[in-house]
Formats: sequence, C-alpha cells, structure tokens
Amino acid sequence: MQSSMAVEVRGVTKRFPGPSGGAGSEVIAVDNVTLQIHDGEFFSMLGPSGCGKTTTLRMIAGFDHPTTGEIYIHGKRMGLTPPYQRNTNMVFQSYALFPHMTIARNIAFGLEMKKVSRKEIGRRVGEALELVRLQGYGPRKPNQLSGGQQQRVALARALVNRPEVLLLDEPLGALDLKLRKEMQIELKTLQREVGITFVYVTHDQEEALTMSDRIAVMHQGKVLQMGGPTEIYEQPCCRFVADFIGETNSLDGVVQGQEGDLVTVLVDEALPVMVQTSESFVPGAPVSIVVRPEKIQLSPEAPDSGFNSFPCQVEQMVYLGTDTRYRVRLSDNVSLMIRQQNILSGFDPSSRVVDGGQPVRAVWPYTCGRILLD
Amino acid sequence: MTANSSTPEKHSLLDVIRRRPGIQVFLLIFPSLFWLVLFFAIPLIIVFVYSFLKRGPYGQVVWDFNLNNYARFFDPLYLKIFARSFKIAGITTVLSLLLGYPMAYWIATRTPKWRNILLLLLMIPYWTNFLVRTYAWILILRDSGLINSLLMGWGLIAEPLPLFGNDFAIIVGLVYGWFPSVVLPCYAAIERLDFSLVEAAQDLYANEARAFFRVIFPITLPGVIAGSILVFIPSLGAYVTPDLLGGAKSVMIGNVIQSQFLSVRDIPFGSAFSFVLMVIMLGATLIYFRVGARTL
Repeated sequence: MQSSMAVEVRGVTKRFPGPSGGAGSEVIAVDNVTLQIHDGEFFSMLGPSGCGKTTTLRMIAGFDHPTTGEIYIHGKRMGLTPPYQRNTNMVFQSYALFPHMTIARNIAFGLEMKKVSRKEIGRRVGEALELVRLQGYGPRKPNQLSGGQQQRVALARALVNRPEVLLLDEPLGALDLKLRKEMQIELKTLQREVGITFVYVTHDQEEALTMSDRIAVMHQGKVLQMGGPTEIYEQPCCRFVADFIGETNSLDGVVQGQEGDLVTVLVDEALPVMVQTSESFVPGAPVSIVVRPEKIQLSPEAPDSGFNSFPCQVEQMVYLGTDTRYRVRLSDNVSLMIRQQNILSGFDPSSRVVDGGQPVRAVWPYTCGRILLD
Repeated sequence: MTANSSTPEKHSLLDVIRRRPGIQVFLLIFPSLFWLVLFFAIPLIIVFVYSFLKRGPYGQVVWDFNLNNYARFFDPLYLKIFARSFKIAGITTVLSLLLGYPMAYWIATRTPKWRNILLLLLMIPYWTNFLVRTYAWILILRDSGLINSLLMGWGLIAEPLPLFGNDFAIIVGLVYGWFPSVVLPCYAAIERLDFSLVEAAQDLYANEARAFFRVIFPITLPGVIAGSILVFIPSLGAYVTPDLLGGAKSVMIGNVIQSQFLSVRDIPFGSAFSFVLMVIMLGATLIYFRVGARTL
C-alpha cells in the first residue's frame, strides 16, 4: 500500500432503497466509483445535485457505508468503522454547530471526546481560534455569530483535531457571493498552511477550479473525468464536462477526413472545421466539437494558416465590464458564443465589428477545438 | 369623511369600533378575560379568603379571621402525606420520562406518515374516560385480578402479589395516565432536532451514548422539562387515582383536600391546604424552569 495515498475509494457502489421500498426500486447514488486522493492534496468532487458527490463524502466520513467496494484511509481498510473511530473530520454544509455550547466548547468537543488534557485543550482551542481569526469569540454562542464566522468556527472545530483528512460538504454554499470568494482564497491558503488533505464537495465549478489541485467531475453516480483544473477545463472528456465547467460552444458534425494530427469535421453539411488532435477518427463518424467562447476572436480579415475562419453576422452583444459577449451566426443552424476581454483602454467593442454590417469573421486556432464522440 | 360624503352623518357601530383601537383590543380579549375572571380568579379569591376563616360547628364557614389553618398544615400527619405525595409524583415523573422519552425518540425518527399514525395510536386510549381506564387497572392489579390469577394459575406464586391498594398501584395508575404528556413535548423537541448535529458529534469522536448525552439530550431538554412539569403537577394533586387504586392506607394531598371539603366539611382548612399546594407547585415549577434555562 502506498503511503502517499490519503484516501482510496475502490469500486464503490452505494444503493439506497427507493421510495416504494421494493428491491427493484433501488436508487443507485454512487456507481462503481474509484478515486485516489493523494496526501496533502486539495481534491474536489464536482457535479450537479444528485450526482453522488455528497454520498461519496459521507461514505469516506463513515455516515454511510458502501453497498459494494471498499474505502481505504491511509492504507487502512475502513469497512464498517463508525465515524467516531475514523481520523477524518467533516465541515457540514449547515455547519452543524452545537447551539447549546459556546464557540470554545464547540471547538473543544472533539478533543474532550479524545480525552486530551484540559490544559492541552485550552491551548489548542486558542490556536484554532487564532487560525480562523476569531480570537475573543470563545465565550459566545453560535447564534451570536454571522454566517461567515460560523463557517470559520465549523472549520476550526474540525481542524483542531488535526485530522488526517478534512471533508468539506459545500461549506461555502450558504454564504453570499463576495464572502464566498474571500473564503475560497482563505480556505486554499489555510490548506497549504496546515498541509492536511482536503476533500471538497461542491456544485460550483468556479469554486472547484479556484481551489483544487485535482477535480473529479461526477454525474449520475459516476466519475466522468478526473484531473487538474486546467486539464478539466481545456480537455473535457465529454459533452457533459464541457457544458458543466464554464461556457462552451458545441458544434455537431461528421468527420470528413484526417491528415496527420489534423482532422476535418463538416459541421452543418457546409462548414469544414479543422481540429488538431492526437487521436484518430474514422471518416463518417458523428462527433461534436467543443470550443470555449474566449478562444474565438472576432476579426475583420482572414488570418494566416492554422486558424479556422468563417464569415459571420453579429446577432447580439452584451457588455460585461471586463469582457464583452457576442452571439454570432455562421449559418442558419450554427451560432457561436464569443467572449472577448476588453483589454485596451478606451476600446469600444462595438466599433470594430457591428458598425455598418461590415463583414466580420469568427476565428480560432486549430489547437483550440476538441472533438468529442458522444 | 370626504370619501363618505354622501352620508356623512351615518356611523354604523362597526365604524365606531374601527376608529377606536382601544375598543378593538377590549372586544378581542373580553371573552377570554371574562372566562378567566369568572371561573379562575373569583373562585381563587373565594378559596383564599376562606383559608383564613374558621369552621363552624355544623361545617359552615364562620367569619373569624385567623392563621390556624396554615399552622395546622405543619402537623406531622399532614407533612407526612405531603412528603409521600411528592415522592409518588417524583417517581411517577421519572418513570414517565424513562418510558416517554425513548418512545418520543422512536416516533420522531419514523417517516412522517408513520409518525402521525403512531401519535394517533398513542392518543386513542385517551378518548375513553379517565375513571373507566382507572377502574380497568383495578381489574388488572387486585388480588383476584388478571396478573395475580394468571401467575397463580401457572403456579409461579402461591400467594397473590401485593399489587393493589398501595403506592405501587398509585404509581402504575399515574404513569399510565400521564406519560403521554411526556411523549408529546419530547416528540416536538426531538422532531425539531437537526440530526446533522448528531452526525457532527459522531464525527468528533463521540460514540452513540456520548452523542446522546452531550448533544441530543441537552438540546431536547426544554421538551423534557415541559413534559415533566405536565406529569408532576397533575400527579402531585391527583385525587381519582389514589382514591381508586391506593386503598385506605395510601392517601395523597388530593384525597386530604377532598375529605376536608366533602367529609369533614372543614372548608377553611381544605382551602388553606389547596393554597399551600398551589404555592409549592408554583415555586417548584419556577425553580425547575430556572435550572432548565441555565443548562441551555
């Protein structure tokens, strides 16, 4: 067993009895999931609600047990080990702070249960409060704190035990946008500082991209893709991942031919789109091409070789401050979303492309498309 | 007035009421106020006044102001009955909690459909008259009753067990009669409990028992307190149950008060006794709430 593996989920399936209770109506929440989470890593499980990410986290914590498959924590097989015998701690979505205890008692709870000496508890609770910048809040009750402060108490209550793995179940879900952004950075910094493995569950793709070392994208109980943020964003394995992470353009077409690493796909029976890829495709295969909106440029003239370039009409333009979003039409059935940053000061995005119905081209390099077989 | 210009002079009774918020408030609280004054405050004042008066030779009330009735309360005979009543009510409360809390917990953790069915089942017996249900216990507990005749029939015992006509019978009857009063407030508290708190406790190394005593029980304590008051007070003042099940030897405060009013016809002493009981109950309840509030 490799010691560098903090958590291993091996072929885990979790079935819950369905609403009618019969054997045939079982709900498969997690479907043969295998994950390897490295020691000291910030690992995220990302997916829409009901994708099985929380169930997987709860199985790592020990609140639920796999129907089949096994979970290992630092090489130790967990089996039916109850949560109180696992060296993991969880930060709950609702924080789950004990309302009848002060903040200090909340944080001390795990240490008291572990029979740590009173002196040691006092010292470590103080340190934990300092870590989450809540010195002096010890004697207060949870309902006297704001949402963000409660969130930090929940974090301190888990971290004070120095767990091998910290499990976080959408801990920022209840905070407003600004606070959430601050806490994202704070969490990431904290994780680097304490060096504990974080397993983070979220449905917010931006949150996952911001904080994670690696991300597992989940859908309908299965892991679709696992990799670093760049890989997940730039090389989505399938249409679902491409759609779920950020915005994307999907162009359906048929493979026309391949010359070396250059594949030509005929989109809408009229537009030959070139994609550079290391994979091989059979001519005639139905595929879709995904291109991120920010990879496409609007340009008045045709560029050099190495670029797809199609004349288009701008249908809609939305100014978003840092960037401008365009909707352009390539043909009757094909339109594209384009995002361009407003980099130049005094740059008027409308002047170049929309005025007077000047011919405009949508241009993107061959390297920026990705072919997906669906 | 301008809006009503066609008939400016005409004001219906409703208009008058609408213009005077004071009258509205009075009309709204009048029915309950009337009820409270007529059936609660006035009788209480009568009892209070009587408690300072004297019994006449024929059981009538004589206007002779004195404190003898309250002094008589300290007679060891009555103090003993008081202490016994407290003991019986206390045991009843503890047993009701031990029975009622786990039941409330079990019901509160069922699916919503089952919860309602189970609560209904709990209450169905209470649609029968309390007296009838207490009589039923006589048939079960007495020497020739269900339990003793079964046990003797099986040859397990030679003599009937002393189940009837003693404190044991009273406690059985009181627990039976009042433990649903524990179940309902405890159920309400447990049903509201956020079970992620229990998971949080288990995640923080508390086993099931510690999670219960450190988290579940303290948080549901208000329900426990409400429930135990609801059992303790009627048990302390119980009259029917000790009268029917306790026999001649086991007397509680309620029976003393009843006999003072109806048999001895010493209405002033009965009144004083009632008042002492009420003040003690009030004091005990206040202390109990204080202690309960501090732990929260």
